[in-house]
Amino acid sequence: MSNNQGKKLLAVNGDWAVEACGLVKSFGTNRAVDGVDLKVPTGSIYGVLGPNGAGKTTTIRMLATLLRADEGSARIFGYDVVKEAQIVRQLIGVTGQYASVDESLSATENLVIFSQLLGLGRSAAKRKAAELLEEFGLTEAAKRPLKNFSGGMRRRLDLAASLIAQPPLIFLDEPTTGLDPRTRNQMWETIRRLVKEGSTVLLTTQYLQEADELADRIAVIDHGRVVAEGTVNELKASVGTSSLYLGIKNLQDLQAARQIVERVLNVGSSVSTEDGKIIAPMADADRVTDLLIAIRGAGIQLAELSVQKPTLDEVFLTITGHGVQEDASKASDKSQKEGVGRG
Amino acid sequence: MKSTSNTPATDRRLRNKMSFSQTVSNSLTMAYRGLLKIRRTPEQLFDVTLQPIIFTLMFTYIFGGAISGNVQSYLPVIIPGILVQTVITTSIVTGVQLREDMDKGVFDRFKSLPIARIAPLSGALLADTIRYTIATVLTFTMGYIMGYRPDGGLGHVAIAALLVIVCAWSISWIFAFFGVIARTASSVQGISMIVLFPLTFLSNAFVPAETLPKLLQWFVKINPISHLVTAVRDLSNSGTIGWDLTISLIGAAVIVAIFAPLTVRAYMRRT
Ligand SMILES: Nc1ncnc2c1ncn2[C@@H]1O[C@H](COP(=O)(O)OP(=O)(O)OP(=O)(O)O)[C@@H](O)[C@H]1O
Ligand SMILES: [Mg+2]
Repeated sequence: MSNNQGKKLLAVNGDWAVEACGLVKSFGTNRAVDGVDLKVPTGSIYGVLGPNGAGKTTTIRMLATLLRADEGSARIFGYDVVKEAQIVRQLIGVTGQYASVDESLSATENLVIFSQLLGLGRSAAKRKAAELLEEFGLTEAAKRPLKNFSGGMRRRLDLAASLIAQPPLIFLDEPTTGLDPRTRNQMWETIRRLVKEGSTVLLTTQYLQEADELADRIAVIDHGRVVAEGTVNELKASVGTSSLYLGIKNLQDLQAARQIVERVLNVGSSVSTEDGKIIAPMADADRVTDLLIAIRGAGIQLAELSVQKPTLDEVFLTITGHGVQEDASKASDKSQKEGVGRG
Repeated sequence: MKSTSNTPATDRRLRNKMSFSQTVSNSLTMAYRGLLKIRRTPEQLFDVTLQPIIFTLMFTYIFGGAISGNVQSYLPVIIPGILVQTVITTSIVTGVQLREDMDKGVFDRFKSLPIARIAPLSGALLADTIRYTIATVLTFTMGYIMGYRPDGGLGHVAIAALLVIVCAWSISWIFAFFGVIARTASSVQGISMIVLFPLTFLSNAFVPAETLPKLLQWFVKINPISHLVTAVRDLSNSGTIGWDLTISLIGAAVIVAIFAPLTVRAYMRRT
């Protein structure tokens, strides 16, 4: 990716929340993470995007001191994750892919125990727990055992548990997988608020829309390697130019319209299968005027015309040679089977 | 929503080493967690509640007549035996539960918190002394109901109870070690039973050693469980403290000296 300029600028003030260099982790012969470099600027939301089995969770676990890298090194706010692991743990909050709370205890008991472990006294721990439960809308369920919590409630409790010490860096491994749209939006709001309050967030996701919506910068990983890195716009721009979408009123004109498009813009075109729109890459915006005149001249009536930037879907397809959605649908199957592949 | 702003990483006071007092406080919190779990799932106390009751009844009425002539005179023999057998069998649970716990998601959270890394282990061992206490109290109570009146008096019975709890705690380090190195909870249960079964049954817990064949007698006599049983009998039946108590305590200390470092090392490597 061509964002060297941005990298240099930030590197000067040396303010990295995460700096990972050549991380490698193998499970047997499977190189799950194969030389990952990451640099997360302090105060930003950083998205790690990748299909199933790309190595996202493994990378996060190494950064969060849960797993030791075979090769490479990583620093959190300048502290080494291996040599200064206890310091790193004082600076991070981790919400893993699978809920890391105690199933047999209640929400309050969970939070009280975690607070006490973090050094709060008994009454301070109780206050903190009540405060977090209130904040995450779990007060009513506070006394119930987690066994009958819904997936969304569990996720929120898990996030609440990561925020007890108000850590400056928060890892969120697929924070919205399995949440309904409303809960997902709430989660997004929470994440934005955390960053506003001064935290840095590193999140992984399989949803391009989520990365698009939240992240300041994105790293795309596939087969354990970073295949692209940059801001959302940089990534989109790297794939190419915007596309022109044309909707035709009478579908019998479609072929004629396509011929005009291809002749005037001098490019290939395609027809989207869903709504029968003509899609063509648009390198030169001026040509659109010519195109519209030509179409009017041919007596073809337009229903709709729009210009769209490439979606991250297309970005992903171009970079990796395969789509994300097909992987993501498999992933949601897998994520329902709890505990898969935990180390 | 509150807008507390976070302290940036550079302004925090950070330490890479855990102090001793923090280690103790973390262990106590983890022990408290263990107690909460027992309260939430009382069914995991079945072994420590039912076993003393059923075993005491069964063994006394099945073997009582054959071994000691009648039930009354068998009670001073069998109650200490069942006590030791029950409490020590209970210590297997430490390993099994440790393994189950380490496989759970919540362990990831413990690993990511800035706490003493040994706390989940020490907390679990600490919380389990509650189980031994329950089993001990129930066995003595059961004996009392059936007519057992230890001549040693309440004070010596209390010492005997404490001795059994201490020894069970020491032995639980062995099972904690299995728990840390094993891959599944059921394999911990399996291995532990194989170790414990001969130790408890090939002892003088249920029958006097003199009635056994020569080879067995030899094993029963060197078996540390036999010494523990004898120590408990001496204490509660006659209020005497003898060699057997010393041997039991030395044995307990040796087990801890070997298995505590082994377990801690394996545990640190696994987590
Ligand atoms: N503990 C483990 N033992 C063996 N293999 C593992 C282990 N953890 C992960 N792997 C393997 O490493 C690879 C990367 O897994 P990882 O969980 O990091 O992927 P991911 O990007 O998080 O995928 P997902 O989107 O499904 O969560 C996969 O091939 C997985 O099978
Ligand atoms: Mg994952």
